[in-house]
Amino acid sequence: MKKVIEYLKQYRFRMTIGLIIKIIGTVMDLAIPLILSYIIDKIVPTKDVNKIIIVGSLMIVCSIVGLVGSISANQMASKVAQLVTTDLRHDLFEKIETLSAKQVDEVTVPSLVSRMSSDTYNVHQMIGMSQRIGVRAPILLIGGIIVTLTLDPILTLVLLSVLPLVVFVIYYISKKGLPLFTKVELAIDDFVRVIRENITGIRVIKALSKEEYERNRFDKINKKLVDYELSSQKTMIKLNPMINIFLNIGMVAVIVVGAYRVNGGKVLSGKVLAFITYFTIILNAMLSIARIFIVFSKAAASAERISYIMDLKSDLPIENTNDNIISDDYIVFDNVSFSYNKNKEKNISHLSFSLKKGGRLGIIGPTGAGKSTIINLLMRFYDVDEGKIYIDGKNIKEYDFETLHKKFGVVFQNDMIFSTDIQDNINLSRGLTEEEITEASKVSQSYDFIMGCANGFNTELSERGANLSGGQRQRLLITRALANRPEILILDDATSALDYKTESYLRKGLKEKYSDTTSIIVAQRVSSIRDCDKIIIIDEGNILGIGNHEELMEKVKEYREIYQLQTGGGLDE
Amino acid sequence: MNRRVNPSGKQEKPKNIRYVLKRLWDYLSYFKFLLIISLVLMVLSNAFSLIGPKLSGLAIDAIELGEGKVNFPVVFKYTILMIIFYIFSGIFSYILSIIMLKMSKKIVFKLRKDAFDKITKLPISYFDSNKTGDIISKMNYDIDTINTSLSSDLIQILTSIITVVGSLIMMITISPILVLVFAITIPISLFFTRYMLRKTKKMFSKKSSTLGELNAFSEEMITGLKTIKAYSSEKMVLSRFDNHNEEATRWAYLAEYYSSYTGPGVNFVNNLSLSLICILGAVLSVISNFSLGKISSFILYSRKFSGPINEVANIFTDLQSSLAAAERVFSLIDAAPESSDSYDALELENIKGNVSLKNVYFSYQENGKMILNNVSFEALEGKTVAIVGKTGGGKTTIVNLLMRFYDINKGEILLDNNNIYKIKRNKLREAYAMVLQDTWLFEGSVYENLSYGKKDAILDEVIKAAKACKIHGFIEKLPNGYDTILKDGGVNISKGQKQLLTIARAMLLDANMLILDEATSNVDTQTEVQIQLAMKELIKNKTCFIIAHRLSTIQNADLILVVDEGEIVERGNHQELLFKHGYYYELYNAQFS
Repeated sequence: MKKVIEYLKQYRFRMTIGLIIKIIGTVMDLAIPLILSYIIDKIVPTKDVNKIIIVGSLMIVCSIVGLVGSISANQMASKVAQLVTTDLRHDLFEKIETLSAKQVDEVTVPSLVSRMSSDTYNVHQMIGMSQRIGVRAPILLIGGIIVTLTLDPILTLVLLSVLPLVVFVIYYISKKGLPLFTKVELAIDDFVRVIRENITGIRVIKALSKEEYERNRFDKINKKLVDYELSSQKTMIKLNPMINIFLNIGMVAVIVVGAYRVNGGKVLSGKVLAFITYFTIILNAMLSIARIFIVFSKAAASAERISYIMDLKSDLPIENTNDNIISDDYIVFDNVSFSYNKNKEKNISHLSFSLKKGGRLGIIGPTGAGKSTIINLLMRFYDVDEGKIYIDGKNIKEYDFETLHKKFGVVFQNDMIFSTDIQDNINLSRGLTEEEITEASKVSQSYDFIMGCANGFNTELSERGANLSGGQRQRLLITRALANRPEILILDDATSALDYKTESYLRKGLKEKYSDTTSIIVAQRVSSIRDCDKIIIIDEGNILGIGNHEELMEKVKEYREIYQLQTGGGLDE
Repeated sequence: MNRRVNPSGKQEKPKNIRYVLKRLWDYLSYFKFLLIISLVLMVLSNAFSLIGPKLSGLAIDAIELGEGKVNFPVVFKYTILMIIFYIFSGIFSYILSIIMLKMSKKIVFKLRKDAFDKITKLPISYFDSNKTGDIISKMNYDIDTINTSLSSDLIQILTSIITVVGSLIMMITISPILVLVFAITIPISLFFTRYMLRKTKKMFSKKSSTLGELNAFSEEMITGLKTIKAYSSEKMVLSRFDNHNEEATRWAYLAEYYSSYTGPGVNFVNNLSLSLICILGAVLSVISNFSLGKISSFILYSRKFSGPINEVANIFTDLQSSLAAAERVFSLIDAAPESSDSYDALELENIKGNVSLKNVYFSYQENGKMILNNVSFEALEGKTVAIVGKTGGGKTTIVNLLMRFYDINKGEILLDNNNIYKIKRNKLREAYAMVLQDTWLFEGSVYENLSYGKKDAILDEVIKAAKACKIHGFIEKLPNGYDTILKDGGVNISKGQKQLLTIARAMLLDANMLILDEATSNVDTQTEVQIQLAMKELIKNKTCFIIAHRLSTIQNADLILVVDEGEIVERGNHQELLFKHGYYYELYNAQFS
């Protein structure tokens, strides 16, 4: 909440003016019943019709001033809400962009997304509403009580005696209701998850004839959700009838006590009428406060979740220790160890290797061996636990992230294809020229299929590239990686869906057109990495061997096995 | 009641109102009896509360007599009656809400159930043309909108009608002259309402659609954060985000800007009628014998009267959006399911596994490009058939047809000499164990995921399969072993490991035929070989279909089909095909180049 208030601070001036206008408008609302009772008690007995009309017109003027005041104050409130929300969303998104991979892992992507969408929405609602009704309701409440006190203190006491009951009802119901709403939210999450799982896994479900099972599973969740919704709404629908009964009992009490006061000559009958009107105003104000209370507690939780992200400290600081080495090698891993979980065994242990500029490195090894981890460390998505990594003689911790990442063109495993057109997906807002993109697409063997698409490079792609085949996706991603002629090219299992023929054309193109690019290729097929200058075979974070294909064939048993297995026992060399 | 916000911001006019209403009535008509009771309760509750102001006016008249002259018995009589009427009205309206709530929940339960049942019965092609997010939003937001309509809007509309008519009658009985005040205020309300309706309609739909776009954009970008960082596109993405953000907040502002007229506007109309009633009432009391109590009751009725009139706009928009929501929901519920099995469909038992395709033609779209062109081949009992070829050549399509995920356009597919369209769909599908390219696991424990296809699998069997798939070691290292819950963003699990889990799941099945579609593409070769060894035992007497790029995977197949552009261009075993020096030979040698 503190964070949100900080954002509001810069609009202090606007908000103060809005507040003043709002107060004026609200005071007008309060004045009307007062004038009403004045007319009835003071003017009607004089039988002066002209005076009735003059004072009566004052009521209309008050209504108009109230209208104009409230509208302009509300509009100012919306403006503030708009400005604050824009700032808040901008800052939150900018912050999310700077989060380290580790922090993203911890918070999880779905949670970040919901903080970005529903939490900022809740805060937006709260800012607008608290200015609109949050100001008006308390003024009406306090103003109403003050006016009634001046009219008749005894009747005010009667009126106020009902308020604690109303406060209690609102408190009781929101206290009971709010946790139930949280339960509903959680049940909705489950509900949506099961639907999503069923749609994405529909083939498997049909193949295994699990439709009946899934229907039963869904029924349970549906039942649970309906039960929660029912119990939360059951609580909430008590509110209106109960408040109505209290309101009317209070009115009856005012009439009865008013009867005694009038009879005793303490009060004029017109005031009883005014009282009844104030009574409605005060109770409605109470109801509004209750509503704000609910919105507010929801928004407070959201503000908390937003602040949590905003307050995260960067855990990958840029260091200035001048840690340079003099070496011919472009990339150097010096005794690097790393684990994703501090208490778990190492994912990479004591890894050392180096690669010359323009050199090609292949990495091969079983699933979970640590191949992608090497990439994550080189691009500094995670920091090493031990050891050092150098690029161009400089410790990677010395580079700012933009300089560091600009060196790379990379295709990750399951890399992201965005729902925009092919051109944008390759360009990624890097301002590449058409020639650069076309050339890269030719090398990546995607030019032909792109030109075969309905609108060529302007063909729109669906989310995650669902309208492309696996091999087309990979080739598109490779185009993206090549297009800005990176210093370092990384292909992490990026050719697994390509047939051998296409892949060999790709390799040929890389060799001819990108000979000065340092490349790192992670693959399962020996053929993908066979002609690399250097190949690392890795298992469980340990290097089993480094060398070129021939050397590894000679020295490393595991490598020889992989090769023989893949080529059917070296049947046709 | 909290309405869920639909992020896609779909808010269209319903196109076929009569159809939608008829379908809604199908669901409502289960509760005919309850509906009649609610209607009676509604009339009673409103009538009782409408009598209140009249009674309070009579009581005030007894007070108006002034000092020392108040007629207490009359005051008490009317106030006690007031309390009784209000309490009854309150109780009735509470009972009414409960009935409506329960009824609407039952309907919602049924709607969700019917929609989900339909999802499980739809042909796969439905999911090719309908986005997941859209289906989910139908089941979540749209059904919720219907729910709100049923449980509160419906009551509100009927209550409003009763209140307007009732209070108008009461006001006329009090003073037909004062009713003339509304000749001024109602046109103002109506004009105002119409103006607002026209102004804000576009704003609100724009507001939710731009917000939906903003949310979709940030979801996509946050998901692709690693890529964005790797390409240092943070600044550009941020500026694109800002465009969406500004657009969304601008429309939110405009919508709020115009709707900020509503509250004060309603308030103004109330105050105006109050002022006019006061002036006119006071004048009347001067020139005639019009009592204070009458003014009081009239004011109270006028508030009741103008409330619903001011709300007309809101109710109207709500109704329109619920009908549109209902239309979307019924478009899902009433979508055509997979054709049902014919009455004489075969309950094929003891399947041997002889599969043959005869002159099969197939296209994903009606009148679209043929994906398979005159494909014929035969897979004999216990033999292994491999399918190789370029991406997009039609390999996975063959699998889709074997499983009857799609129906062929022309030709025949036979299983043990029975046309597969004459076999019960479940029996056909259960005959296969299938591992697909896209690994699908659900949120549940490792054990639940592995035993998914075999209800009564005991842990020992599951472990045996996991060991055969070389994934047992990995599972043991998870925080809770086989009881570890797999969920998005939870456990760090690689694509290859997911593939191993789905293979283990398939291994547990007692199917006679096996389909492996790029099942091991992300698994390393040693592991793959070990899995193959384990499978050798498993597939001994099973008919196998294997799709793979890695040719080592398929070298031992009995029959290799080379598919290109929807046609089988070469067929034979590994040796024969190499000898041919054709397409396969080229493909094979590419891996050594």
